[in-house]
Amino acid sequence: MLRFILHRLLQAIPVLLVVVTATFFLIRLAPGGPFSDEKAVPAEVQRALEARYRLDQPIASQYLSYLGDLLRGDFGPSFRYPGRSVDEMIFAGLPTTAELGLYALLISLVLGTTAGVVAALRPNSTQDYLPMSAAMIGICLPSFLLGPLLILVFGIWLEWVPVSGWGHVPGDKILPALTLASGYTAYVARLSRGGMLEVLSQDYIRTARAKGLPEWVVVLKHGLRGGLIPVVAFAGPAFAGLLSGSFVVETIFQIPGLGRFYVQAAFNRDYTMIMGTTIFFAVLIVAFNLLADIAAVWLNPRLRHQYRKRAS
Amino acid sequence: MPLRKIPTLFILGLSCCALALTACGGGETRVETGDREQVLHWGNGAEPQELDPHIVTGVPEHHIIIALLEGLVLKDPATLEIIPGVAERWEVSTDGLVYTFHLRADARWSNGDPMTAGDFAWSWQRALTPSLGNLYAYMYFPIRNAEAFATGKINDFDEVGVEVLDEHTLRVTLNHPTPYFLQLLDHYSMFPVHRATLEQHGDPFQRGSDWTRAGNFVGNGPFVLQEWQLNQVVAVEKNPNYWAAEQIRLNGIRYYPVENVSTEERMFRAGQLHVTGAIPPDKIAVYRAESPELLRTEPYLGNYFYRINVDVPHLADSRVRRALAMSIDRGQIVEHVTQGGQIPAYAFTPPDTLGYTAPPAFSHDPEAARTLLAEAGYPGGQGFPPTELLYNTSEGHRKLAVAIQQMWKRELGVEITLNNQDWKVYLDSVNNGSYQIARAGWIGDYVDPNSFLDMWVTDGGNNRTGWSDPRYDQLVLECAPSAPDRERRYRCFQEAEALLMDAMPVIPVYFATRNYLARPSVRGMPPNLLGYPLFKQVYLQAED
Repeated sequence: MLRFILHRLLQAIPVLLVVVTATFFLIRLAPGGPFSDEKAVPAEVQRALEARYRLDQPIASQYLSYLGDLLRGDFGPSFRYPGRSVDEMIFAGLPTTAELGLYALLISLVLGTTAGVVAALRPNSTQDYLPMSAAMIGICLPSFLLGPLLILVFGIWLEWVPVSGWGHVPGDKILPALTLASGYTAYVARLSRGGMLEVLSQDYIRTARAKGLPEWVVVLKHGLRGGLIPVVAFAGPAFAGLLSGSFVVETIFQIPGLGRFYVQAAFNRDYTMIMGTTIFFAVLIVAFNLLADIAAVWLNPRLRHQYRKRAS
Repeated sequence: MPLRKIPTLFILGLSCCALALTACGGGETRVETGDREQVLHWGNGAEPQELDPHIVTGVPEHHIIIALLEGLVLKDPATLEIIPGVAERWEVSTDGLVYTFHLRADARWSNGDPMTAGDFAWSWQRALTPSLGNLYAYMYFPIRNAEAFATGKINDFDEVGVEVLDEHTLRVTLNHPTPYFLQLLDHYSMFPVHRATLEQHGDPFQRGSDWTRAGNFVGNGPFVLQEWQLNQVVAVEKNPNYWAAEQIRLNGIRYYPVENVSTEERMFRAGQLHVTGAIPPDKIAVYRAESPELLRTEPYLGNYFYRINVDVPHLADSRVRRALAMSIDRGQIVEHVTQGGQIPAYAFTPPDTLGYTAPPAFSHDPEAARTLLAEAGYPGGQGFPPTELLYNTSEGHRKLAVAIQQMWKRELGVEITLNNQDWKVYLDSVNNGSYQIARAGWIGDYVDPNSFLDMWVTDGGNNRTGWSDPRYDQLVLECAPSAPDRERRYRCFQEAEALLMDAMPVIPVYFATRNYLARPSVRGMPPNLLGYPLFKQVYLQAED
């Protein structure tokens, strides 16, 4: 197992290096610089700013010095927000984005598996069609539509919850978490329904039923374990996706997270901020995929056996 | 029945969620609390890039900085007339070149330090130092040798026309008589900064200092910085050391960086904001019909126009450009497309810019437009080369471009293709002249026709059309600055603007308005052309 993890960690290094290099050169190829503005920028101001941020040096030496800074954990100063460093901004936004992502993940796992299991118990009945149609709508309904809809109904008409903010007023975390969770809930529901259907048709379930076990023990104890393997495999990358993909929800609900910086940085040509957030998310995605793989190996006796054999 | 247990669990979970939801309703809204406590909740557009007056360029930053800092003079928000700020009075020499400012003795920094003329001289030197990269350094250029210092031609600030006569007297010498000079002093780029604080937090002449953070910031405005939470809120509270602290009626202001106008409108509706920065265009008609007391539509010192690249062969002919301009039905556009009370523009400078109004230089006349186009060699649009209209990605710009595209096709038989580009790409295209016709807008830095007309001089940084006329340059750069009085000065501008409109390197479309939402409890914020609030006069009073 340890060898497997080490092997995967070593694999991650070239992946990240490719991400850093490609991003570094691609953003510099994009037309428009970080300092261009509707008002003309005088030549001497342009020169001063380029010198300040080392943009006047040859691109190769810019790249090397960036790599050097990176090794020291320094993402550099933001071009757009001159008084702030990229590290500071990432760590200012991360806790909020992580909290939002965590709630969304929990909601999607709880609601999604419940709906999936309920549907799998009576396939092709109303009990199946209802949650699965809801799941289909959840997948199709983009958050930029669902968010404002939820706000309109629960925030403005019913006045049950605040329409924006994060952690200022009780209840302001409910709608954003639900909005972000919707697509993932639907996905989890379909995955768990599929997983459960497959497991429930297996021989050992028939054996359990023949032994006269109560149906809920059969489903929850014997069925769920195997049926949820696809969901577990999905959860790792899903969390990385929730973290890096919360831009729309953060914008709709005015949440001070990382997603807004990530997208705005690209529009602003804030080179260091683009680099910082991209690298940060790349590391997260690599890490969560690794975790998911470890979980899969651990859950699946065949894979576990394979690695043990290779190790010996 | 065991099997039913699972759906039951599901329903139980849902009802728990519903309970949690209902538990949070009711109570006073933020706006109501604000009204009671005199705390203004302000929708401020975007996260401020900085709060350093010599670095920033945006409107959100402006709204915060005018609460935290104050220049030598202020403007009356109702009339935009100059009123005393840190300077309680001033004299202007008869030739209009020398201004002597007398600073009030009771002006202090928020930490209690006295304010001196030296604070201004040092701050202005900093603002002009090239290494800081101040985009608004040109606001100082009427001052003698300021431009030479800012462009690195001279390095000794003593040669610049700023002189400290004594602790409370500052003398400023200009290049030319500049009637709008006092207005510039109320622009944040000319605000003072607290030297000791800046020196304590790194190199004052470089970007990247943290002196503007809450806890570090020392200012001289009616409010002090209390809190700056990234992407959440900037909070300011009343400054007890302000020279007219007893006049300040608000206890504080909360600025919220809400980028999305729809989100902002929902926050306003839910009672979280007193004032928004804007309103989604499609909501203007709704508010006008249903709650007109919340909607504010005010004239704004800005315009919307199309730049034409005169280096493109078929657009080099001014008859073609005039034909394009005259075939646009601006009445239709402001009524059905923009719908925000904008004014059709038949000149470049907005009407009544400090008493200056350019006469309409042309009219909506499709017949004459067709004749002009035929004279230029394209009767009925025949043989008109493929032409592209460029705009930066935005629903509003797109709608307008589509409307104008159809008008040109209908009236002139000219086919125009539309191209939208992301903001920075669009800027790049316009700056490099790789466009044919491009959407643009301009907002005056100060209320004077010069702010709209000096941009079209030959090779002006904001010209970007390739158009040039020596007579125009002479009128704007020599005739107007040396004119002995306002009337003759405006005559130079009138003549220049007539030249500009005759050559038509820019097609004016409309003069801007500012549409936003405000609670009726917000008082002391009269409309003005600059969208400029004087926060020390603002107060909150809910209706009885």
